[in-house]
Amino acid sequence: MNVNITIKEARCKGCGICATLCPKQVLAVSELGKIRVLHEEACIACGQCELRCPDYAIFVDKKVKA
Amino acid sequence: MERSFEQYFRQNRLPHLWCPGCGNGIVMKAVVQAIEKKGLDQDKTVIVSGIGCSSRASGYMDFDTLHTAHGRAIPFATGVKLANPELNVIVITGDGDCTAIGGNHFIHGCRRNVDLTVVLFNNSIYGMTGGQASPMTPTHKKATTAPYGAIDRNFDACRLAEAAGATYVARSTAFHVQHLTDMIVGGLDNRGFSFVEAVCQCPTSYGRKNKMADPAKMMMWMRDNAVMKAAWDKLPDDKKTEEKFPIGLFYNESETDYATAYNEVIQIAGGADK
Repeated sequence: MNVNITIKEARCKGCGICATLCPKQVLAVSELGKIRVLHEEACIACGQCELRCPDYAIFVDKKVKA
Repeated sequence: MERSFEQYFRQNRLPHLWCPGCGNGIVMKAVVQAIEKKGLDQDKTVIVSGIGCSSRASGYMDFDTLHTAHGRAIPFATGVKLANPELNVIVITGDGDCTAIGGNHFIHGCRRNVDLTVVLFNNSIYGMTGGQASPMTPTHKKATTAPYGAIDRNFDACRLAEAAGATYVARSTAFHVQHLTDMIVGGLDNRGFSFVEAVCQCPTSYGRKNKMADPAKMMMWMRDNAVMKAAWDKLPDDKKTEEKFPIGLFYNESETDYATAYNEVIQIAGGADK
């Protein structure tokens, strides 16, 4: 699926809520304690991560076809 | 992509200082989304908060905000509302702030039916001061002041609010973000004292003491144990375990609100022409 996952690193505290609640294991917390995208191609743009991120650090958008 | 709710935050104050995984951020987002849904004027909305982790929220929200004394958010908000009834006044408070230090103010705010929307961030503990047991720490759950588990019975703030006279009473959780937003919208719609309890996670103080240090696990606990009111009413008593709790709209009744009643007094006393 064509998705854009935007991460605002300055806001992320690496709590891992998004990574655990993601149904497709797209995300993981890096060694630096920030979230990163592991498998963007697996993302189904359900938006669970964005909905429950306590720090407003992750945004998921479906790519609009040009 | 920028989200529209971001306009209601003081961008230079973010990221907020809450711990990693704290549910307060989620509830604060639900509050601003409810404000956005209702289309409230940013210049005609006042956020009043007390003291505690949750009450820090007023500092991040781009409205006229009041960060008041511990437990006294409702009296300050009552003053704001009576001085200028056209303002929308929203109170942000925590479980300790609202039911312990401000317990009396809370019940009398309900009784007077002042047109306020009170959002109680219930993280079951005093987070900021080091994890002491609050009146809403569930019985048998641990806290720094209850190392063997709390023996006190905990308040059910929703039933308390209803009994004290609030005209809109609802509960939701940080997991059910959209439902929580809808409950707050309902509270903003109600003319009178609206009370919304938002169950949220405190992984640092409450979670670590109670074998739930992972914030995501705490949210899954909410998902598994929160029962919608309609289903709760049909649930047999033996299935209503200690962990399970109902969420949804519990009570909504139309009553004269305090500002209207007070205005009538002004009319009778002949002060309206001033």
